[in-house]
Amino acid sequence: MSSEAMTMTMDKEKRDDDYILEVNNLKKYFPISAGIVFQRQVGAVRAVDGISFNVVRGETLGLVGESGCGKSTTGRTILQLYRPTEGSVKFEGQELSTMTGNELRQMRRKMQIIFQDPFASLNPRMTVGSIVSEPLQIHKIYNNKKERQQYVEELMEKVGLNPYFINRYPHEFSGGQRQRIGIARALALEPSFIVADEPISALDVSIQAQVVNLMEELQDELGLTYLFIAHDLSMVRHICDRVAVMYLGKIVELGPVDEVYENPQHPYTQALLSAVPVPDPQVEENRQRIIISGDLPNPANPPTGCNFNTRCPVVFDLCHQEPDPPLIEVRPDHYVSCHRVT
Amino acid sequence: MGVILEVKDLVVRFYTQEGTVYAVNGVSYDLEEGETLGIVGESGSGKSVSSLAVMGLIPSPPGKVESGTVNFEGRDLLQLKPDQMRLIRGKEIAMIFQDPMTSLNPVLTIGTQITESLKLHEGMNTSQSRKRAADLLDMVGIPDAYRRLDDYPHQFSGGMRQRVMIAMGLSCNPKLLIADEPTTALDVTIQAQIIELVKQLKDEFNMAMIWITHDLGVVAGIADRLLVMYGGRIMESGSSHEVFGDSRHPYTVGLLGSLPRLDSSGEEKLIQIEGSPPDMRNEPTGCPFAARCDVREQFELQRCWDERPPLEIVPDAIGDGTHVMSCWADIREGVAQNV
Repeated sequence: MSSEAMTMTMDKEKRDDDYILEVNNLKKYFPISAGIVFQRQVGAVRAVDGISFNVVRGETLGLVGESGCGKSTTGRTILQLYRPTEGSVKFEGQELSTMTGNELRQMRRKMQIIFQDPFASLNPRMTVGSIVSEPLQIHKIYNNKKERQQYVEELMEKVGLNPYFINRYPHEFSGGQRQRIGIARALALEPSFIVADEPISALDVSIQAQVVNLMEELQDELGLTYLFIAHDLSMVRHICDRVAVMYLGKIVELGPVDEVYENPQHPYTQALLSAVPVPDPQVEENRQRIIISGDLPNPANPPTGCNFNTRCPVVFDLCHQEPDPPLIEVRPDHYVSCHRVT
Repeated sequence: MGVILEVKDLVVRFYTQEGTVYAVNGVSYDLEEGETLGIVGESGSGKSVSSLAVMGLIPSPPGKVESGTVNFEGRDLLQLKPDQMRLIRGKEIAMIFQDPMTSLNPVLTIGTQITESLKLHEGMNTSQSRKRAADLLDMVGIPDAYRRLDDYPHQFSGGMRQRVMIAMGLSCNPKLLIADEPTTALDVTIQAQIIELVKQLKDEFNMAMIWITHDLGVVAGIADRLLVMYGGRIMESGSSHEVFGDSRHPYTVGLLGSLPRLDSSGEEKLIQIEGSPPDMRNEPTGCPFAARCDVREQFELQRCWDERPPLEIVPDAIGDGTHVMSCWADIREGVAQNV
């Protein structure tokens, strides 16, 4: 083996090993209770039902699916904002699901979240300065007030906000600017990993590109790793390196973004991608849509067999009998969970 | 084909405590029989308000239609008395709204809600109207339709509720259907179902349609013609092929450039329109897009601030002369000057 080839193999191994996040068989069930005085559990909503994936340092992994598929719950369970029912979440090699108190708080310095709704996620009674510096106070960084303010001003500049507005309140800003405040707050502790939970869904079209470009610039500059949760599949293709498609609490397909979009293997991914409109009348005229009928089943009462069998256009006997198969690698790095594929 | 709806110089304002909101500032368009017009714009662009004005649904006060005419089959709808308008609304022109949860009455069965307009406009009795309502529900793809007439809105999923809304809209065979962001609250697979359904029903009923949306992808597949609105004004209008394939207004160009596409790997950075949408409380002078326009900035055009550009046929249009825009600059010339 030539030395060059050897370095390449080593590089690949090094990259493969450098997982910032390892999720294994993660489950989050929300109990359904009945009874007024004597509450008892009568069932559970299986929001996340046994998912496994890894996130490589420096990449952007997209998590897509329709509302109710469990993508936001996954993001929050990873950060331990919800405690998992079962399974393991390892961040930089450390198990989070058993961590508590101060230990967990220390980990939060490295992993942050940007929320969907920039109107609901900022306290209306706090100024921008105090919103962005709150994480610094909690973690006792920059105890010198002047230094702290200087750092907050730097952060504001970094996300494209005029530091002059440091004493203003959230209602004085537009949606896009508020999302920038949310990003500045997430960046304050210099995290290495950020869960972006639909960060652009609430924004106007012309503002979405601004926020996405900002997120990409920050990633290049600070070497961030993103878990990008979204339902806008076009934006996911633009921003993500790899994508995981979720349906009813499970990952049905996972792979490099161009590979999955050009060569979708799971019938749900195929239908989902074909349903997304393209802003070009010529393309739209010639497109064949796969229209799947019906709605998402109730996650408290999923169908027996494969989760997708109630809506699947290519369903056959096995799909009703056997639960969905584990993710199988169909091409390099491209995984799919479907009885048709195995 | 004749013109079914002609809107001319429509101006709508809202007089609120925080000042006057200049929502629609002179909007004119025609709609032909059987045609689908897509109205595209971001929030606050006046796309919904201009259509509510057509329906006579501007809440007044605080809203007021200041001037303009809305000509529908030879009558100016803005001059009609409320009881005359009521005979048109729901019968001749129907509307479906964005959020089917808030636009259906939660305490009435959907049967009651669909039969209401049938009884009012078509003079049907209870059993006739229930039969017709069941047929309509069946047509929009709701299984077991007759039994479901007695269900309440909360017993339907989001997509099914939107189907109920469509059935209500179509109940009296309207000549014009106005759909105000009908799929925005729905997931993409459900959105695809609803778009297919509406396309098919539009042909069946031979209606004209106005489809209001912020999603350029949705209108690309459904609209014959497009209006691009910004700041209460029409920026560009033409056939979908013209507006998408030969966009001339800096706003349209910017908007299309800022959209990532499903069918391209998207390595390049997205073009971003700087700044944020205008505050509609400021009295409009000049072009509403001037503050964010890169063409104006590049060539330091003073005129854009001072004078409102008229809606004029674009130079060297490829189509049949319906491609118009409201801009002082010719971006093709601008590009040429630049080179």
